[in-house]
Amino acid sequence: MAHRAPRAMSARRTPWLRTLLRSPNGLFGVVVAAIVLLAAALSLVWTPYDPVAVDVPGAWRPPGAEHPLGTDNVGRDMLSVLLVGARVTVVVAIGSAIVAAIVGVLLATLGALTARWVREPVAVLIDILVAFPTLLIAMMLAAAFGASLLVVFIAVGIGFGVNMARVTRPEIRRVAQSDFVLAGRAAGLGPLRNITRHVLPNIAPIVIVQLSWAAAVAVLAEAGLSYLGYGAPSTTLSWGRMLADLQGYIGVHPLTVLWPGLAITITVLGLNLLGDGLRDATDPRLARGDSVTRAALTREPVQL
Amino acid sequence: MIRFVLTRLLLLVAGMIVASALIFFALRVLPGDVAQVVAGSNGTPEQVERIREQLGLDRSILAQYADWIGGLLRGDLGASLVTGTPVARELLEKAQVTVPLTLMSLSIALIVSVPLGILSALRRSRPSGAVIGASAQAVAAVPVVWAGMLLVILFSVTLGWLPPQGFPRAGWAEPLSAFRSLLLPAITIGVVEGAVLLRFVRSAVLEATGQDYVRTAAAIGLTRTRALLTHGLPVAALSVVSVLALQVAALLVGAVVVEQLFGLPGIGRMLVADVGNRDLTKVQGEILVLTGVVLVLGALIDIVHRVVDPRHREQR
Repeated sequence: MAHRAPRAMSARRTPWLRTLLRSPNGLFGVVVAAIVLLAAALSLVWTPYDPVAVDVPGAWRPPGAEHPLGTDNVGRDMLSVLLVGARVTVVVAIGSAIVAAIVGVLLATLGALTARWVREPVAVLIDILVAFPTLLIAMMLAAAFGASLLVVFIAVGIGFGVNMARVTRPEIRRVAQSDFVLAGRAAGLGPLRNITRHVLPNIAPIVIVQLSWAAAVAVLAEAGLSYLGYGAPSTTLSWGRMLADLQGYIGVHPLTVLWPGLAITITVLGLNLLGDGLRDATDPRLARGDSVTRAALTREPVQL
Repeated sequence: MIRFVLTRLLLLVAGMIVASALIFFALRVLPGDVAQVVAGSNGTPEQVERIREQLGLDRSILAQYADWIGGLLRGDLGASLVTGTPVARELLEKAQVTVPLTLMSLSIALIVSVPLGILSALRRSRPSGAVIGASAQAVAAVPVVWAGMLLVILFSVTLGWLPPQGFPRAGWAEPLSAFRSLLLPAITIGVVEGAVLLRFVRSAVLEATGQDYVRTAAAIGLTRTRALLTHGLPVAALSVVSVLALQVAALLVGAVVVEQLFGLPGIGRMLVADVGNRDLTKVQGEILVLTGVVLVLGALIDIVHRVVDPRHREQR
């Protein structure tokens, strides 16, 4: 019996990455995420042209050998702007995911593992906050603090974090009642050590899946908020700002809005599918059927 | 049942209280002198003083909050700091654009998502089902702003069928032209949100496929599709209804962006302008009303869901 345990564990452990890369969803997600990361990293050391160099006579060049994606209204090379804009996307996706993770895990833990008089009000609070649209949180923050990427982080972080708390809370409760947590307590682990040692690692897969979706929401939110003027400041190059800047010209140069829009759509699609792939790879229990409770509990219709 | 309705209503009241407190205090953690910030750097000392008085900044923050809530209960949302017009009146006026826009986009979202979602579930093992599912995934990833731009390029710039921007000055006095100005914005939100909703419809129908009552109906001689449509769909519809509240929230949020894009004089565009002007009284009133709509709809949908669902009825 004893020698079987490690094998059972490795059977559970190793394949998740392989399963992820083997599923079309997961593979697409990983490739897209890698491309965006590489583009952002590449833009730090090299871009085809200076992304902020204004060249008014050279504006609206069509895509060609010189400028693969053409130039914009002030003659900037679209490909270079797009590459630099990927940095904001990466920062926003990661930043929002971190805030969402903190908010989500904290609220879920408070709502699951504390004394009853704390736990139940927190659970009610989570139910209430879920109804708060992320964009409205962002607009409130922007009204108070002015526009910045931080507004996007915090708004998406809170908005999605609450969602995550709602999904994670029952899981934490379930894990907390399992034998190994009880054993940890019996062995003398303090409540905090027991949570970090035994509870959190067991809910990690759910959190990671959620974070992938949070990153997708964040990228969409950046586009919407920067368009409205609450996200990236006008001096920062971002995909959302590109859309806002080019909007006035869609009557004359419709092709130009194609690139930032496609970049956002493919990134969001990639992150969504990465989340789906991770979910299927890490949680066979959820992957079994295409159940509506799963859809309703995991990916809420959050949109911007 | 009554117990459930009462608990749900209590949760709604709690929700409104939490929402109002969060909105009020979040907007008051402004660094520095709120009145000065609201008046802007060009504000004269008289303006700053007037704003201070209007906001009641000379009194404690709890007293200010109590004042605001007292006003709310009388249906008074306060007056704009910039123009002095009552917030409630402006909201009602702008609702004439936003409410029809939201209803139109909801209808379009349902028209797109329900038949296609059912179809993609019925044909899940055939290419057509997979194509619908994949398209929905892709469309759901499209930012609403960009979807709007693409639709303008197609229907206004290229085909010239619909106006690219604006709303008739006479409003609904010119019903046809008002409807035409809302059509493209409504399609924009409706298609993107419809794609999100489609995945829920599909999942709900697929879940119903595996249920005992559908299997039994098939066993007593109905075809599988027939059994699913007559016995599975009502249950699937219930699951879809339960996500509709969140969906309406998404539609309202979509309206903020789309009203800006299409230059529609609705609540969303007003909110964007007011945030830019730091018109705190209006911003807090508008956000509270929008959040309130979402909370009330959520409660209503939960209650209706409970009343209609036969599984709960039997448990009584």
